[in-house]
This record gives sequence, structure tokens and C-alpha cells, in this order.
Amino acid sequence: MININRIEENNYLLIAVEGDADASSAINLDKAIRDAFDEHHQNILIDCTNLNYISSAGLGVFMSYIEEISTNSVNFILFGLSEKVLKVFAILGLDQLLTIKENKEEAQKALNGI
Amino acid sequence: MSINFKLTPKFYMRLSMVLAILLWLIASLIDVLQVFAIKNGVELGISPSIPLLLMDFFYVFIIVYYRFRIRKVDSGNFVDLLWRVFAIGLVTTIISLAFRLFYDSIADTVLAKNEFLNVFITSVNTAIISVFLISTFTVWKKLILYQKSKRLLFYWHAFELLVVGSIFFNLTGLELEESLIFKIVFAAMALMSIILSGNLKWVAYLNFKQKWKSILLIVLITIYIFYFFAELYVPPAESMDFLNPIKSLFVITLFTFLLFYSVFSLLVILFNLPTSSVFERKMEEAINFQRLSQSIQSGENEEQIFDILLTSSMNAVYATAGWIEVSKDESTVHFINKNISRESINRVKEQVMSSKSRTVMKNPLSSSNTDTDRILVTLKKSSYKSVFVVPITVQNKVTGFMYLLSEVSDGFNKEMINIINTFASQASISIENFRLMGEAISNERYKEELDIAKRVQRALLPEKLDHDENFSIHAFTIAAAEVGGDYYDTFRLSDHKFAIVIGDVSGKGTSAAFHMSQMKGIFQSLAQMDLPADEFLFRANKALSQCLERTSFITLTYFILDTHSKTMQFSRAGHCPTLYYSKRDKVAQYFQNKGLGLGILRNDSFRKFIHINELAFEKDDILVLYTDGISEASNAQGEEFGYDRMKSLLEKNAHYDPVMIQKIFIGKLYEFCGTKDLNDDYTMVVIKFN
Repeated sequence: MININRIEENNYLLIAVEGDADASSAINLDKAIRDAFDEHHQNILIDCTNLNYISSAGLGVFMSYIEEISTNSVNFILFGLSEKVLKVFAILGLDQLLTIKENKEEAQKALNGI
Repeated sequence: MSINFKLTPKFYMRLSMVLAILLWLIASLIDVLQVFAIKNGVELGISPSIPLLLMDFFYVFIIVYYRFRIRKVDSGNFVDLLWRVFAIGLVTTIISLAFRLFYDSIADTVLAKNEFLNVFITSVNTAIISVFLISTFTVWKKLILYQKSKRLLFYWHAFELLVVGSIFFNLTGLELEESLIFKIVFAAMALMSIILSGNLKWVAYLNFKQKWKSILLIVLITIYIFYFFAELYVPPAESMDFLNPIKSLFVITLFTFLLFYSVFSLLVILFNLPTSSVFERKMEEAINFQRLSQSIQSGENEEQIFDILLTSSMNAVYATAGWIEVSKDESTVHFINKNISRESINRVKEQVMSSKSRTVMKNPLSSSNTDTDRILVTLKKSSYKSVFVVPITVQNKVTGFMYLLSEVSDGFNKEMINIINTFASQASISIENFRLMGEAISNERYKEELDIAKRVQRALLPEKLDHDENFSIHAFTIAAAEVGGDYYDTFRLSDHKFAIVIGDVSGKGTSAAFHMSQMKGIFQSLAQMDLPADEFLFRANKALSQCLERTSFITLTYFILDTHSKTMQFSRAGHCPTLYYSKRDKVAQYFQNKGLGLGILRNDSFRKFIHINELAFEKDDILVLYTDGISEASNAQGEEFGYDRMKSLLEKNAHYDPVMIQKIFIGKLYEFCGTKDLNDDYTMVVIKFN
């Protein structure tokens, strides 16, 4: 099960992902991010505070946007990853390609610092 | 020559017939002789009870004969049974009448006063009439016991026993007119006859035509009974007595019983006549219902089910016309119509739409959906006065409507509507079953295909792992579905150099299996080039970039073992960190190095993320390669098997050989998860240096 909430804040779009991002729920995650890109949001923050588990299918979703993030110069920041989830990102090497911050404040700071 | 006696019913029948005839002949002979003896004043010295006893046994054998003669009864042949009784009665009457005619024709001659002839004719009459009585008795018995209960059976057996017992009552020499005991016993048996005559269940199974036939036959049978009674007991006109003396309790009981039952059945059939059409209709409905539910088994198609539904519904409600429209897909609507043309259908539909006089019956199961409502419409300017519209729901979706048209206004009552609803839902179930059956068959085919895929994929994983005497290697893999995305392989680069690979394709099942087979192809072709580990990954990434789906990636670790120099080289492409046990330090650790999964970056910048690592190994060092199906396997509490547990497990069991280490790991994994069904592919390869 996955629960995705979209909140449009001042200068960014916040997508909060809750639950498990596995093979069956990855489609929902993909749709939320796809929409954000289609709506031409320049600043996208992904709140992973309540993301319990991510499978390879969930990682595949984030992976598939890497190219688009760099070509469109989108600020795409993940934050609040649990130790377990972060480790999964790190083993695959995705932490080298995605901006990952510890918490929301850090993420906002990174956004404004640019 | 031997005669083979087989104790078949036929044998018993013949035997009892022969014995009965024999007994009757002897009894008649004795009677005649008796008369002769009296005439000539000679004492014959034969007890008067002997001919009586002979006649008694004659009755018994006739009963036995008919017991075997009339056996099976089913609801179809009641009229046949009655016909048989009628036929026996007819033959009996003709014989009896023939004798009477003969007797009348010689009335004025000396012969008429011949006592021998008299005795003989009486004897013949008694015999044939008793044959008729007993055969009718047997048929009545079969009718009474149709759909018997245990109590009825008991009661009947008691009655039958008494009847057979009453045969021998004549030995007492009592007469009905004089003896009180005779009267009491007779009254008791007559009462039992009345009670038993209430069992007329068979009447309900006659259709209208059969009822008329039965009435006719029973009337004729009743006439016979009266005639035979008169023949036996009504004295000649000149006699002053009301009746001849009645000596046989058996015969008079039979008469009473047969008469009661005939009259009772006659009345019951008569009163049942007006309702029989209703009963027949109900039977027809039940049969139609059965046809609807069975149609699936005989391999009929959906159209035939709709056809049966329409026909049975129209019959059940006396509808003059009707049709079913079913939407096959979004655009096409299929019509099945009866007694109505397509033009009329359109006209009636328009009238139904515009009519204001309509009653809507909500479907209690889905009150929100108006499609599932049943509608009763009254039409004014049409030859059809009332229309009933029933939705046909298959798998919770309204797929069509049945329209039933009646020429009478208010042509559909509540009862009819209920029947139609039952028919419609049964038809829906049949169609659902039909579709499910089709799905089940195609699922079965997919399963077979998957089995083939499983065998093919299994063949992609090496059966023998390349190695030399410097190290031993063992691999173990399980796929969650029929096919999986885990991969391991080996390649002998040279005499002392070995390439070993472990990988995991993102996702599970068939798509993962396809990518895994691509990986196999890439490994087998690139390994031959004897490339450094990082170069291997770079080229593999390039090759995969062309064929992997957008969201798919493959994690891989590529090792090159050199058993000469006792060194190994490896590069990691996002795969789980390798667990390495050093014998010298007695410590296991994970190789913490950078890497990136294959297919994540599909351009040359991938090279930046790949590193090459080298180290020397020593005797009894252990290398454990695995996929995340093991490290990330979790128990019911959501806790993962994890790196720490694997590390200490290896340290504790480092003295075992690779096979044993694998068994311990997997055993502990199952124990931890509480199940062997891990919901992910999992693989491990254990290498121990010698």
C-alpha cells in the first residue's frame, strides 16, 4: 500500500510518499512524479519520512527521472529517508545521482541556496 | 441332460403359476367328486377342509405370482398399470360372461340342472375373479407405496400380512352373516383399507391427459368390481336372501379394499383436474430452470443460454412475444427475438421509453445503479398492453435486457415476476460459469507456457560451475514466481583465471526473466574478451541501455579470480555488498565500495561510477555472494534478515564447506521468516579457497 499526498507550497511542489513503494504501488508513485513533471514544476520535494520500504520497482521509478531532472534542470530533492531506505538507495548508487537531504529544512535550504 | 434351475423372478413366477393351476384343478376335481359322492350316497372320506385349504394355497400362489409379475413402478407408467388391471378385468369378464351366456342358452335343457356343470362353472368363476382381485390388489399396492415413508411401509406390511392371514380364515367355517368375530375382523380390515386409501401421491404426477385416461380406466375397473361382486354374492332372482352367504374373509376384504381405493382415487383425480395445468406449468418451470443451469455442462454457447432463457420465460408468463438484447462489446448489440420483428422491437422500445405508466422495481442488491432496476410498463397505443423489462447481469455488470410482451394489460403478476427473476439470475450464473470456464482453460494454457519458461530459464543458470582445485564453489537459487530475475554464472577465462558473476534484475516474474536472459547473453559474450572488471561493467551497461525498459535496471558484481597469483579483482554495479571472511583475522566483512546499477545511467558518464578493487585471498577465506532476496527478507514483524545477522552467521560457520554454509544460511533464513515462501527471488553463491 502506498499513500501519496501533493501539497503546493510557495516555491515548490511537495510530494509526500507514505507506506511501501513495491511492484504494485510503484505505478502510483510514477504517476505522481510524472504529473509534477508534466505540470512543469521546477522545484519538486519528495517527503520520504513515512516511506517504510522501497523495492527495486520503486527505485526504478526514481531512476527513470534522472535524465529528465538534469536535462530540464529541475530541482528534485528527496528528504527524510529512513536508514533502511537510504541504504537501499546507496547500494544501488542512486545517492550519487539524486539529491538526498536529511530533513525538510535541509531540503528547503538546498532549494533556496541555489 | 441337466436342467439348470436358476432362482430368477421368472422362475418363481412360472413355478407359482403352475402350482396355482394345479391346486385349482385338484380342488375343482374334489368339489366335483364330492357332488358325485353325495349324489350316490358314497362317503368319499375326504375332509371338507381339504378343498378349502387347496383353494387357500391357490390364492397364496396367485399373490406370489403377481408379486413378481408387477414390480417396478415409475411416474410415467401409472396409466399403463391401470390399463393392465383393466385388461385383466376385461378378459375375466369375457370368460365369466361367456359361461353365463352358455349357461343361459342351456337353461331349459337337462344340462342346466347338471350339478357337475354348476360346480365347475362356480369354481372357474371364483378362480378367475380372484385372479382379477389379486392382480388389482397388487397394482393398488404399488400405487399406495409410490413415494413411501417408513411409517406407511410398516402400516402396509401389517395390512398385507392380515390380508394373507385372512385367506385361511375360511378354515374356521364362519360366515359373515352369522358370526360376530367375522364381523369384527372384517370391520377392522375395512377400516385399515379406508386409512390406506388416503395414500394417493401418484395422482399428483399425472398430467392432464393421463388424469382423464385414469378416470376412465378406474370407472371401468369399479364397474368390474361391482359386476364380480354381483357374480359371486348376489343370489339368483328367485332367492329370498339379500346376499349369498359370505364365507371368505379374504375375498370380501379384497372387494372392500379395492372398491375404497378405486372410489377414493376417482374422486381425488376428479378434484385434481382443474389444478393439474398449474402443476404441469410448475413442473415445466422446474425443468426449464434445470435446463438453464445445466446448459453450461453440455458445452452450449451464450446465445443458446439466452435462447433457453427467453423461451422458458415466455412460457412461464404466457408472454406473446419477447426479445433479449445483449451488448457484446461497446458498439454491437446482439438481438434474440421471438414472435416479433426488428421493426416492432424498435417501435415497442420507443413506446416503453415514452410511457408514463411504469412501475420500477429496485434491485435490492445494488440500489444505487438504475441499470439493474426491473421495469413494468403499461402501453396504450400498441397491440402489446404490458411489457416487463429485466436486466441481465453477468459478473456484476448489466450486459443486456430481456423484454417480455403481453397482449393483456397487467399481464405480469408478482408470482410471474419472481419466476422471471429466478430464470434471469440462473441464466446469469450459467453465463458467468461459461465465461469462467473459458478463462480457466486459457489460464491453464498460460500455466503450461510458464512451466516451459521455467524450464528454459532454469537451463540458463549453469549446472556446473567452473573452478579448479584452488577453490570450491556452490550456488543455490529460488524464484518467487515460476520465473525470476536472479542470475549467477561462471566463465573460465584461462587455465587459472575465472570470471564469476552474480546479478539481480529489478522487478520480478516474466519481465525480470527476460532481462536476466539478456544479461546471460551479455556475460557469455563479454567474458570471452577477458576484460578488466570495470571495463566489463561499462560495456555491459552500454549493451543493456539499448534493450532495458525505462524503469528497469540490473545490479551486478563481477569477479575475476586468479588462482595462480591468489588474487581477485572485482567491480560492483549497484549489487549487494559482497560478504568476505578472512581466515587470518577470523572476521567477516562487507566490501564497501562505490558502484551504480546497470541501466541507470545510459551514457558514457556511467564509467565515473564504477571502481575496480583488488585483493589477495588466502586458504580458507570465504566469499559469499547473494541477492537482496536474502538480505532484505523480512519476518512478520517487518524486521529484515539484515547484514549483521549474515555476518555473524558466516563467522560462526566458517569451518564448513560451501554446501554446508549455504544450507545453514537458508535454514536460518527460513527460521527467521517463519516461512519458506519469501515473496522474492533469492540466490546465494559460496566460494571457499583451498
